[in-house]
Amino acid sequence: MYEKDGERYYIVDGHVHFWDARPENRNKYGEGFIACFYDYHRNLSPEEYVWPKEKYDRYSEEDMIHDLFEIGYVDKAIMQPTYLKDFFPGGFNTTEQDAAMAAHHPGRFICNGAWDPRDGEPGLKTFEALAHEYDLQGVKLYTAEWHGASKGWKLNDYWSYRYLEKCQELGITNIHVHKGPTIWPLNRDSFDVADVDHAATKFPELNFIVEHVGLPRLEDFCWIATQEPNVYGGLAVAMPFIHTRPRYFAQIIGELCYWIGADRILFASDYAIWQPRWLIEKFVDFQIPDDLAGEYAPLTPDVKRQILGLNAARLYGLEVPASVAAEPAGAAVGSEPVSPA
Amino acid sequence: MITRTQVLDALAGVRDPELDEPLTDLGFVTEVAIDGDAVAVRLRLPTYFCAPNFAYLMVADTRAAVLSVPGAGAVRVELEDHFASSEINGAVKADRGFAGAFPDETEGGLESLRTLFERKAFTARQGRLCEELLAAGHSLEEIAAMRVRDLPPGADRDRCVQLRRTLGIGAADGDPAFVLPKRAHVDATHLDRYMRIARLMRVSIEGNAGLCRALLQTRYEFEEVAA
Repeated sequence: MYEKDGERYYIVDGHVHFWDARPENRNKYGEGFIACFYDYHRNLSPEEYVWPKEKYDRYSEEDMIHDLFEIGYVDKAIMQPTYLKDFFPGGFNTTEQDAAMAAHHPGRFICNGAWDPRDGEPGLKTFEALAHEYDLQGVKLYTAEWHGASKGWKLNDYWSYRYLEKCQELGITNIHVHKGPTIWPLNRDSFDVADVDHAATKFPELNFIVEHVGLPRLEDFCWIATQEPNVYGGLAVAMPFIHTRPRYFAQIIGELCYWIGADRILFASDYAIWQPRWLIEKFVDFQIPDDLAGEYAPLTPDVKRQILGLNAARLYGLEVPASVAAEPAGAAVGSEPVSPA
Repeated sequence: MITRTQVLDALAGVRDPELDEPLTDLGFVTEVAIDGDAVAVRLRLPTYFCAPNFAYLMVADTRAAVLSVPGAGAVRVELEDHFASSEINGAVKADRGFAGAFPDETEGGLESLRTLFERKAFTARQGRLCEELLAAGHSLEEIAAMRVRDLPPGADRDRCVQLRRTLGIGAADGDPAFVLPKRAHVDATHLDRYMRIARLMRVSIEGNAGLCRALLQTRYEFEEVAA
């Protein structure tokens, strides 16, 4: 819970990791991957929050609990696994690793699972077992994941639909989609979210949360979200711009509120890339700058409350304390756009 | 004898297809070495995992640009510090194409990807021009009635004209100033809506360019990138 100026905010951090990127658990691709993550971390964090690389490779359970819950205001954090076994042989951040740590801290975490359509029929059974074992409510999917010779997949592949059907059958309704630099086929734009559009149309009962609001394809993401009511935007990676590039952050959040509405945007730190404490403090203090006020609606406490926790609470059936006012706010104004291209 | 100026001029025309800015401005060109008629260029990118399709286009376009310099003989372009450096450098050098760099992982070439991003760049630039005209006090009706000749001079106008030619959109002085990337003229009733979309595109591209510059700076630990 965060309180400022008499306003209370229930906080759900929609995207956190407990990863293992130590040298003994990575190959050259893993080394490149964590180096890239580290550059994001040190480029976009306030100086006092920058960790040494060794700590960044593998932080402790105590660090995570401290940063999220003791000083970070977070009420509930959603673990989003990222297996990346072609880069990190023991797994970068698996459901099992997350769940083991979450088990030590009851009530703090929601652990999501994952699947990969390239695992075919046997993978469906493995996934079903995973879902039962960890009582999954959501999955995190990474379409850029390497898998032997393959460098990615699409959400509207035949086998993806089979896995989405399985999710529906198991009552796993929150599908977090994360795009990355590769996909199959490689000549297509790997960050394109058109496949999410197809899947969201086909599975209207599932919620599709596009991570980092489609960045670097904010425009494509807004485009599909205006047309699919079950598409949401996760703010991981977008949030930290609030510090280094506040004007750009204002534009992103302004565009999102305009096109898809504040009721479909979910706060996330992407811990340990960034820490929730400073993101939340700065966000609650944040306002659209005066010279952009004509273009973008103001960020009221109600809008911020929705984004910081109420929207995720709705998707995950979390009980919000009665002391947190829950006025709905921020429907989109930019629906039904005309095609630009 | 090839001069450094000739090579740099040729390189100034090579753009990051996603960001629509010259590689030389973005700080992606780290070295140009000339030895007689042989030219070697080194490129770097903001991350080890920058998308391989765009990386390939930049390496291939760099090579083509240098080869277009009169008198250029052997041209070597090396992308460094990238997960697919050897695949990309090798395929570009041997002229094997993108499919040759990543056998069995592609379906067709990169032309539609390039065109898609040219359309986005065009839309974003039109958005900036329109914002400039609105700020100067013109009404939407006036702007919708404008011709290419009425566009405010500067980099956005020049690049728009260039992109119109590339995309097959009329670029004569008397052609409508504001058109969809698929060529239809935007009339006054649709201009407002189109400009909201163009602004979104502009925010996206400018934001990505800013992040790429910042990550490059962090990755290679230098202070300033020429804007």
